Order: sequence, then C-alpha cells, then structure tokens
Amino acid sequence: MEEQRMEKKEKQKRVSNKKMDRMRLYGSLYWEFFKIGLFTIGGGMAMIPQLQQIFVKDKGWLTEEDMVDCIAVSQALPGVIAINSATYIGLRRKGVLGAVAATLGVVTPSFVIIVLAVSFLGFIGENSYIQGAFTGIKAAVCGLILVTVVRLGKQILKSAFQWILAILSLVAIGVFGVTVIWVIIAGAVLGILYHAITLKRKASGHSADREGVEK
Amino acid sequence: MIYVSLFTMFFRIGLFGFGGGLAMLPLIFQSVQAFGIMSAEEFSNLVALSQVTPGPMAVNAATYVGFNFAGLFGALVATLGVCLPSFILMMIAFRFIERFRESNGIQGAFAGIRPVTVGLIGAAVIFVSETVLINGPLISEKLFTSGLGYFNLMPLVIFAVTVLLVGVFKMRPIRVMIIMGVAGALLCG
Repeated sequence: MEEQRMEKKEKQKRVSNKKMDRMRLYGSLYWEFFKIGLFTIGGGMAMIPQLQQIFVKDKGWLTEEDMVDCIAVSQALPGVIAINSATYIGLRRKGVLGAVAATLGVVTPSFVIIVLAVSFLGFIGENSYIQGAFTGIKAAVCGLILVTVVRLGKQILKSAFQWILAILSLVAIGVFGVTVIWVIIAGAVLGILYHAITLKRKASGHSADREGVEK
Repeated sequence: MIYVSLFTMFFRIGLFGFGGGLAMLPLIFQSVQAFGIMSAEEFSNLVALSQVTPGPMAVNAATYVGFNFAGLFGALVATLGVCLPSFILMMIAFRFIERFRESNGIQGAFAGIRPVTVGLIGAAVIFVSETVLINGPLISEKLFTSGLGYFNLMPLVIFAVTVLLVGVFKMRPIRVMIIMGVAGALLCG
C-alpha cells in the first residue's frame, strides 16, 4: 500500500505542472464557450454580455478594448460571428489549440441540440412553453446588451470624436440599416485620418525636442 | 460523394456569409436549392427550428442539412465546412493585427473602429428589441398611434427587470437568462 502511494505521488510529480495548467486552460476555454453557445439565443450579439462577464471581469483574460476589437474583427470578417470571436479569444489566450478548444466549445451545444431535435422531437417549435422561454430569454438578452453597451461606452467613449463616431454608427446601422462591414470600414478610415492628424499636430507642437519620432 | 459536396457547399457558405445569423439565410437557401436536396417547405422548418434552438444559425443550418441528408457524419462534415473559413480567416486576421499592432495604421484604424463598434452594439439593442419587445419596426406610425400597444408588455417587463438586476444589482448574465427563460415559459407561453 505504502509503496503504491509513493509511486502515485511520484507519477503526479512527473506530470509537470505546466502541462496540467495548459490542459486545464484548454478545458476551461472549451467549457466557457460551451456555456456561451448554449445561451446564444437571439443572434450573435447575445454573446457579448457573456463574453464581457466571463473573459473581462471574471477571468481578466481580456481588457475592454480587447473585447471590442474582437467584436469588431468578428463582425468585419465573413463567416459565423460566434466562431470568429471564439477563434479570436482562443488565439489570444492560448494560440491555435486554444482557438480549436474555444471553437469546438461554442459549436457543440448547437450540434447536439439540432441532432437531438431532428431525431426525437420534431415538434419542439410548437411547444408554447419553449417558445415562451425563448421570448423571455430574448427580452433579457435585449436588456443585457443595453447594460453592456452603457458600460462599454463609459470605458471607450472619451473624446468628442469617439462619441460622434459611436452615435453615427448607431444611427446608420440601427435606423437606416446600413451594412455593418461598411460602417466598420468607414470607422477605420476616419480613425486612421484622425490619428494621422493628431500625430502631425503633436509632432509640429514638439518638433523642437522630439526629433526622430517620425520613422 | 455526398460528404464532399456537403463540405464544399457549407465551406462556401461560411466563406461568403457576411453579417452572420439571419443575414446568411438567403445564401444558405440558394445553396441548398442549387444542391437540389431541400424543398422550400423543408427550409422553412429549418428556419423555425433555428429560431427556437440556441447557437449560431449557420451552425444550426449546417447540422440540420447534413444530418437530414447524410446522417451524423454528414452533420459533422457540414458543420466542419461552415466553421473552417471563419477559423482560417480569423487566424490570418489575428496574425496580421498582432504583427502590426504598434503601427500607426492599425492604431488609427482601431481608434476609429472601437467607437463604431460601441454604436454597432447599441444598434443590436434596437434589432433584438424589434424581434421581441416591439410589435414591428422601431419607427413606424404605431409609435404615435397605439400607445402601450406599441410594446409587447410581458417581454418589456422582463427587459426592464433584467436591466435593473444586471445594471444595478450586478447579477450574472447567465443567471438572469435562466430566470427570465423560466419567467417567459410561465408568462409568455
């Protein structure tokens, strides 16, 4: 008995802590995205409040800016937004394997539920309790996104330039139905121009003591 | 080989589908039609099912079509096909952004993209509210004529309580969604 226990301890030591940590990290990426996939109801945007809660607040893996970048890039690229953001966060946290873990996690619930629904319960859509539950969750998601956007706004919108861009984009997309990709491209172009102008101003303001700033 | 056709079809959908979710539906419909494996009526079943199941719509559609026409392995192949373009493109974009993160171009671009994205998320509030809180579009004559009838009352209450619970009492999103799912089943069903 004693020998066996010693042997076991040694074995545990041999499995290096690093490897364990890495496995745990992949596991937690998978599991967090599994939960997110399970509760993505009412469109990809329903993910955002959960992304913020889990990865910014609970785990501190991302800053608010990181998360906004992730959403922007996910929206700007073609494809499935949920997969895009899972891949982005997985990559940021743990490279390619992290991205694989996160993507598998976000896909698994959909896959399993559709296969089960088609196999066993073709009537799922007609059940009034299920429809009611989805109505309730969608209404909650609407409130969650509102709270999230207020929080993000407080963090990110600091100058008049930023406020104007945010409001223009809200109106263009929300009211006039402009395609998201064009709005993001316009934002990028305006941002580059604005950045270049402020840099130039700074450079000319401090040109005496800041030679060689420009590459 | 039905598996290869399923894979390439959904790979193409993943590659050319901009905007996600409902915006991808027409593309999915056209591809499935061209493939000749699904009637319009079956397609509407798929849409209804995607609406009442969680997860990304394109993944739901891929799994549904794949499973119906080639069983579990078909579902796997179709789902893999729809996910792969996102995965590959995001890896490329990510590498690019990381490499040029410090450059003025990327810094400037994101200085503009971040506020725009905040506006975009704000617009999502409008879109989701149009599907659940309001009877129809946000701006219509109903806004002026029908008073409270402009809103769906129970979802509006759930929305307000959610804002209070999360915004003021800092309750966790997932917990609120579970509570409101139960509330919705009892009150909105």
